[in-house]
Amino acid sequence: MKLFSWRFIRVWQRDRDVFLKLWHSEAPGFVAEPIIILLAMGTGLGAYVGLVDGQKYIEFIVPGIIASYAMFSASFECTYGSFVRMEFQRTFDAIIATPLNVEDVIAGEIFWGATRSFMTGTAILIVASAFGLVHSLWALIIPPLAFLEGLMFASIAMLITSFAPSIYSFNYYFTLVVTPMFFFSGVFFPLSSFPEIVQTMSWVVPLTPVVHLTRALVSGQFSLPLLLALTLIIVLTVAFFLTSLTTMKRRLTA
Amino acid sequence: MVPAMSVIKTEHLTKKYKQLVAVDDISLEIEEGECFGLLGPNGAGKTTLIKMITAVSPPTAGEMWIQGKSLKHFARQAKAVLGVVPQMDNLDPDLSVLQNLLTFARYFDIPRDEASRRSREVLKLFELEGKQNSQIRELSGGMKRRLLLARGLLNHPRILVLDEPTIGLDPQAKYLVWHKLAELKSQGVTEFLCTQNMEEATTLCDRVAIMHQGKILSLDKPQELIYRYVGREVIEVEVSPEERGRAIAELQSRQLDFEDAVSRIYVFHVDGDKLVQGIASSPDKLKRRPATLEDVFFRLTGRSLIE
Repeated sequence: MKLFSWRFIRVWQRDRDVFLKLWHSEAPGFVAEPIIILLAMGTGLGAYVGLVDGQKYIEFIVPGIIASYAMFSASFECTYGSFVRMEFQRTFDAIIATPLNVEDVIAGEIFWGATRSFMTGTAILIVASAFGLVHSLWALIIPPLAFLEGLMFASIAMLITSFAPSIYSFNYYFTLVVTPMFFFSGVFFPLSSFPEIVQTMSWVVPLTPVVHLTRALVSGQFSLPLLLALTLIIVLTVAFFLTSLTTMKRRLTA
Repeated sequence: MVPAMSVIKTEHLTKKYKQLVAVDDISLEIEEGECFGLLGPNGAGKTTLIKMITAVSPPTAGEMWIQGKSLKHFARQAKAVLGVVPQMDNLDPDLSVLQNLLTFARYFDIPRDEASRRSREVLKLFELEGKQNSQIRELSGGMKRRLLLARGLLNHPRILVLDEPTIGLDPQAKYLVWHKLAELKSQGVTEFLCTQNMEEATTLCDRVAIMHQGKILSLDKPQELIYRYVGREVIEVEVSPEERGRAIAELQSRQLDFEDAVSRIYVFHVDGDKLVQGIASSPDKLKRRPATLEDVFFRLTGRSLIE
């Protein structure tokens, strides 16, 4: 298999230019929505929730909201977004007739998806900090972590896209994979409140390590298993990235 | 190993899909500065062949060279000198006309200032200057097609690969495109033109290949093909079902070259009226006209629909 070249930046630039033109229709979903969820759940549900260590519920969910919406950003971008560009607009066909090859296009799309996660994660972090919900300077590492998380979810999304027969296929992915991760990765409740089996399963879904790492960066409290979490994210990212390059090449150059 | 003059060369080029051989052992040499036409019915394998020579889709077997460089090893360099005008509109609907061109120029690493100079130049060439700030959805079908052609020239290609460049154009726009293609050719640009428009092929192409079911059936200058397969003139005989049997028997007995198309019989390689006298029930059922590439096309690929 072939890797991508520096030319992938041209695809990233194309996606960035389109985003800068249309950002006002994208912003509500990825900035306003998480902030509404954060405030509604945090203050509404939070009034009924007492955490063991006396932490405020709204503070508890901040890291999970950041990680989840960063996941949503990359996932939407590289499923629906990439599929529309590939199948309806034939943008990929146009680009691979220039000096760029398929690997460059897919890498550009994935890096753009990661950039969306970075922007979403950063925006929520800024709002949460303004509300006084973030107490550690380690939180400055959250944006790059959101980027890495974005690379992982964009790569997974791209793999799904490479097999999707139609745009409706993504409903399965979101209903059966993405939404369950939102609820079972320790975003809204500590994993310890779930039965043993759910706790174990939760560790193998890719959002969980990101939530744990983000939570540590918000609170400034670290533990050894976090290294395992980081390793897991990196391994999954590399594996899905390389696989999606291969499956996309098969789809686009048949 | 590769003759200096052939800018596109293929050897035993083959593309197989599961059940189908889309391109079957094609060896071609396209010379510098010529306009090479590729004709064939739908499903003949033309678009698959184009995808291979533009380094978008790898062949199952065989080899290709662009300007003497093997596509297997120099795909990027080859794509940098190619201008590709696709059959399907793949303009970027998220961007304006000018942004489409600037973004496309960036794929070729053309610096920003040069890109905007060339964009204005190609817009002018295809009479789209007034549309540079329009959105793609605001353009008519003909304007989109002209913009695709304009986009294909941004990298100042030495080789233009055109897949049905005038499909769906009104006659005015069609002639504009033909004129521009002839002009580019006079500047030394090699053109690989895939078309189903026989008039287009006759007007523009130095050589024409007729492709059918993945193979090249015949390749020559358009006039040569016409002389070889159908002669200078064709006589069309209109026949009723009752007359048909008699007319065919008569043509066979005179050893004439003809084709039976049910309500009409085409007689080829005829030099005078004498040969066909008495075949039609009356002289007004008989039409004599110059032979065209379309006659050759039908002779070689048949008259029935190909699905």
